Amino acid sequence: METVKIKIDGIPVEVAAGTTILNAAKKAGVKIPTLCAHPDLEPWGACGICVVKTENQMGVSPRLVRACTTKVTEGFNYITHDPEIQSIRKTVVNLILSNHPQECLTCGRNQQCELQRLAEEFSIREIAFPSNVRRVPKDNSTPSIVLDATKCIQCGRCAQVCQQLQGVWALEFIHRGENTRIAPVADSTLNESPCIKCGQCAAHCPVGAIYENDETDKFFAAARNPELHIAVQMAPAVRVALGEAFGMEPGSIVTGKIYAALRRLGAKAVFDTNFSADLTIMEEGSEFVKRFTTGGVLPQLTSCCPAWTNYMEEYYPDMIPNFSTAKSPMMMQGAVTKTYYAEQKGIDPAKIYSVAIMPCTAKKHEIERDDNMHASGYPDVDLVLTTRELARMIKMAGIDFANLPEEKADSPIGAYTGAATIFGVTGGVMEAAIRTAYKLVTNEELADVNITPVRGMEGVKSAEVDIKGTKVRVAVAHGLANVKAVLDEVRALREAGKPQKYDFIEVMACRGGCIAGGGQPYGTDDDLRAKRTAGIYKDDEKCTLRRSHENPEIIEIYEKYLGAPLSEKSHHLLHTTYEKVKTYKAL
Amino acid sequence: MAKMTLEALRALREGKKAEIDRRDTDGKDVHIIIGMGTCGIAAGAKQVLEAFIDEIAAKKIENVTVKQTGCMGLCYVEPTVEVKVPGMPDTIYGKVDADVARKILKDHVLAKKLVSDHIFDRPSTDILK
Amino acid sequence: MVKKSYVLVCGGSACEASKADAIYESFKKVLEDEGLKNDVQVVKTGCFGFCEKGPIVKILPEEEFYVEVKPEDAEEIVHETIIKGRPVPRLLYKDKDAKVDPKADKFDMSKIGFYQKQFRIVLRNCGFIDPENIDEYIARDGYQALEKAITQLGPDGIINEMKTSGLRGRGGAGFPTWIKWNTTKGVTAPQKYVVCNADEGDPGAYMDRSTLEGDPHSVLEAMTIAGYCVGASKGIIYIRAEYPLAIKRLEVAMAQSREYGLLGDDILGTGFNFDIEIRLGAGAFVCGEETALLRSIEGNRGMPTPKPPFPAVEGLWHCPTVINNVETYANVPVIILKGGEWFKSIGTEKSPGTKVFALTGKINNSGLVEVPMGTTLREIIYDIGGGIRNGRAFKAVQTGGPSGGVITTENLDTGIDFDALAKIGSMMGSGGMIVMSDEDCIVDVVKFYMTFCVDESCGKCSPCRIGTRKLLDYLTKISKGNGTMEDLDKMTEIGMAMKKAALCGLGQTAANPVLSTMRYFKDEYIQHVKDKKCIAGKCVDLIRYEIDPAKCIGCTLCSKRCPAGAITGEKKMPHKIDQSKCVKCGECYKGCKFGAISKI
Repeated sequence: METVKIKIDGIPVEVAAGTTILNAAKKAGVKIPTLCAHPDLEPWGACGICVVKTENQMGVSPRLVRACTTKVTEGFNYITHDPEIQSIRKTVVNLILSNHPQECLTCGRNQQCELQRLAEEFSIREIAFPSNVRRVPKDNSTPSIVLDATKCIQCGRCAQVCQQLQGVWALEFIHRGENTRIAPVADSTLNESPCIKCGQCAAHCPVGAIYENDETDKFFAAARNPELHIAVQMAPAVRVALGEAFGMEPGSIVTGKIYAALRRLGAKAVFDTNFSADLTIMEEGSEFVKRFTTGGVLPQLTSCCPAWTNYMEEYYPDMIPNFSTAKSPMMMQGAVTKTYYAEQKGIDPAKIYSVAIMPCTAKKHEIERDDNMHASGYPDVDLVLTTRELARMIKMAGIDFANLPEEKADSPIGAYTGAATIFGVTGGVMEAAIRTAYKLVTNEELADVNITPVRGMEGVKSAEVDIKGTKVRVAVAHGLANVKAVLDEVRALREAGKPQKYDFIEVMACRGGCIAGGGQPYGTDDDLRAKRTAGIYKDDEKCTLRRSHENPEIIEIYEKYLGAPLSEKSHHLLHTTYEKVKTYKAL
Repeated sequence: MAKMTLEALRALREGKKAEIDRRDTDGKDVHIIIGMGTCGIAAGAKQVLEAFIDEIAAKKIENVTVKQTGCMGLCYVEPTVEVKVPGMPDTIYGKVDADVARKILKDHVLAKKLVSDHIFDRPSTDILK
Repeated sequence: MVKKSYVLVCGGSACEASKADAIYESFKKVLEDEGLKNDVQVVKTGCFGFCEKGPIVKILPEEEFYVEVKPEDAEEIVHETIIKGRPVPRLLYKDKDAKVDPKADKFDMSKIGFYQKQFRIVLRNCGFIDPENIDEYIARDGYQALEKAITQLGPDGIINEMKTSGLRGRGGAGFPTWIKWNTTKGVTAPQKYVVCNADEGDPGAYMDRSTLEGDPHSVLEAMTIAGYCVGASKGIIYIRAEYPLAIKRLEVAMAQSREYGLLGDDILGTGFNFDIEIRLGAGAFVCGEETALLRSIEGNRGMPTPKPPFPAVEGLWHCPTVINNVETYANVPVIILKGGEWFKSIGTEKSPGTKVFALTGKINNSGLVEVPMGTTLREIIYDIGGGIRNGRAFKAVQTGGPSGGVITTENLDTGIDFDALAKIGSMMGSGGMIVMSDEDCIVDVVKFYMTFCVDESCGKCSPCRIGTRKLLDYLTKISKGNGTMEDLDKMTEIGMAMKKAALCGLGQTAANPVLSTMRYFKDEYIQHVKDKKCIAGKCVDLIRYEIDPAKCIGCTLCSKRCPAGAITGEKKMPHKIDQSKCVKCGECYKGCKFGAISKI
């Protein structure tokens, strides 16, 4: 690797050629303040906070450049802090503040706002310039996220995430000059735009301009109603992230504490979406084996990610025959809660208030997708709360989360295997499916359950799995922009009448999978993804049972209620249908 | 016209140069050149062009070519017209309208008399000469 | 021996005022007396652009040019020049700076007049050829530079000529063109592009439009030469849709070039392939910034992206891209044809060649002028531009459009080139030159530019997007008489932050009008702030009209003209203006025949 020797404030440092000044400074232990830069994104250079001075520029007088976008040059010294630079930065922060509503107290990002932090660091006690804030009505058109463009600082992260990371192009800058703002494409509403509700914009927004639709009040209202039986489920990725909100290390597994907290918040039954992740593997795995062995449409595409489902219905509706008909684990959990569980416990399903704690904003939209989401005859899931909302609820309820004793989930739909918990990371669904498919095909157990080729942060991963001589070719993609190439290839091969390259493809909309979902605690970057991912795999390894079909409660539900995977009852409760959705709904 | 080779281009250039030097292509020794950039057209150059053409036809003047060119730079007196008549100084007229156009033909071209009040300058030095 | 002669008497407004009519009559009479009335024509002409020495008389075809002519001089001129063919030395123009050779008894025409002080390289064909006829371009050495480039120079030879010429980009910043070309040439890539920036957006600037309308082939030829030099097969002209005529002429020219085999495959049988297409811009000012322009061609929102990577290395669709503006390209065929040395001999050492300016504002001869670099502002304004309109006093010139600054009287004799302008806090920009007189208010003018920038900032980076708005707010506050001295400091603070922290050239220079005028016209700002006065009378909130009761005879005209009903009074009694109703339109002031209304 070619390296470059430079100096940061006189500190010698050697970095790879092509490193930005910002990253080189990190290596030298120097922190350059930033606002628009985000490690997930290509440097965009909008805010103007990270300016530094270059020295030794071949006799040219020092000039200011953006540390985020400028690559280091051999032999240069970069001054990152001096009174002039600090004063310019402060003026820029003041300019941004003068254009930003002073509503920190009621803002969703209060105390977690990157602009607020800068204002604090720069000792701004009075905004230097008169304020003029352009008021734009909030966009509440989706159940998932709220776009409050009044608070937008035009950093461009959301548009970049939406366009570059997700390939969705729902968000775009509109207008020019001081009227420039972020808006759903062509100034429509989010719901009319191609928005897939993934919430990555909200996860990347440095301020409170895009945030999850807060529905915590609904939970507390339900909890006050003695008639209601609140049954809560929690997604795999929540357990390795929620601790962050309470000062715990990222990746800490807090499953038992969350069960306990949910009960204190008023849940009468605490389940785990992981149970239904195992159930999904039984259904989706069986579906795959059926397609694979009887010449069905391949490659089969996974269907547990609602943002991905939205994307497919908008941009690749021709892939509907490839899509697994299995519902997402959350919807399966909701359906069995109001049927199987209600029956087992003799509870009137009308009285069950089904709540899901999810790392995801698209899940808020999923519960209203279509009538299939009412398979129990009631809304299978009544309310979805994101990890961030749960964190606030726990704080509001005064629960000392870090010291909370761990509790267990409720039967009969609360137990899970290691295969279920890895649904929270990219490659996890595929790995879990392989663990069970092996059994379904060969009736033998896979010896080593760790399928490492499908793990990791590579945008598209592929592997060939040997099921006793039968090769199954799988691919895993995450971050929707990475999916496009895979799908285009599938389409091209199909149209050309050529054999497909893959048999089974897993897709998760968010980079890294659900652990980095749009509803997770703020600050997600690849470091954080790695820590949460490690937590997930640790949870997998902790489990004595690591194959979905070994889950005793899964065995029980098939024996007592569903019969067999892909049975008629399964189809009614656990499978769904898809249809083409207009990309630009306002047109 | 077919695609040209280097030789053909050279031949064409020389031929056209000679033609322009002769100036009196087909016996036409008077040139009226109208500045027809956006500025000129906005100020009425098209009407001026039409007036010249109509008047030349009406008066059956046969030794005149009328052509368009780009902006001459004299924006403050658009539309501008350059008139070249053998034996007379090359002249740029400004603020030309249809009436002035007819007057230019009548006085300058036919009677060899400059048209008062509309002369603005002589053409610029040609760096190519 | 008298042949057909012409006496041209300057009838421009400035000369008119200095007895041009009397001179005209005097010549007529002398010629009549001499019996020459049929052989010599006396003509009143437009302004020769030399009003400070008016009245001017020009004799054709002798080309004698007489200044400060009085009616009684007619006789001598007729006798000496027209009859005997000799000049009248005492009336000849003598330049005190001796730029004109005093020994030459015949006045050197190339040193005077609207055109004569100009040197037209870029505009060499404008006004000569029919832009829609490729043959006329070819007849004027068209495509000879391409021929020479391919058959004699080769890519390295082209770079050499370009380097020798010292041509710097005419789009604003003046970056040496050969470095761009050489960089792209040095990168190995399967696809390279040559892009022409025809997104001319400075208010009051139209040099590029006129060049494309008048001589489209010069740009096509230059782009083809650039393509050959750097190894590109594709050219794109990015032009704003507001230039329909330029677009049409380019399309006609491109079609003719293709037909002749001067564009397309195997150009002139040399095996070189190059073709050009046109992309229309929607007219955003920022799309004149090269990275924003490239993003716009790619189909993205026109927002600048950080440099490096420079387009020469990674430009359009990540391919190496040469991007120059129209005027830069228009220079290229001449440089190739006449050689870099020839070009280098024109203009100043660091800024060779010429520059085209769009001369507008309070000037007599507004228009398009091309002068050698190093020409002083005084020459441009007085000799070519004919001085300030209505005989008002010169105040300043704004160059470089919204990115530039003002040049004041103290720098009138500064030779204009890239570095000289930068040194005095302005910039060359693309060549807009807006002349201000003492009737213009600096605060008002800067407000105009800032309003433009507030609308035209792309909105991407906060220093520019918010900074321009704050500056405009402060300027508005000052123009209303509500400004404070602290506001002036804040404006400087914001301006400096924009200069240092904005992302692109537009943002970094958007505060220039403020910073530059704060440097040269601080007093005028302070007058607005402290004295609440606008001497130019442009800031309506700072002026008021009053009727002098001693002079008012009560004719009632002012009250009839007042659209706001602010003036009342009995007939034949002094009238009064109700200041709370007055809208400061000035109609009463203009209409009063007794000078009873004053503007304070």
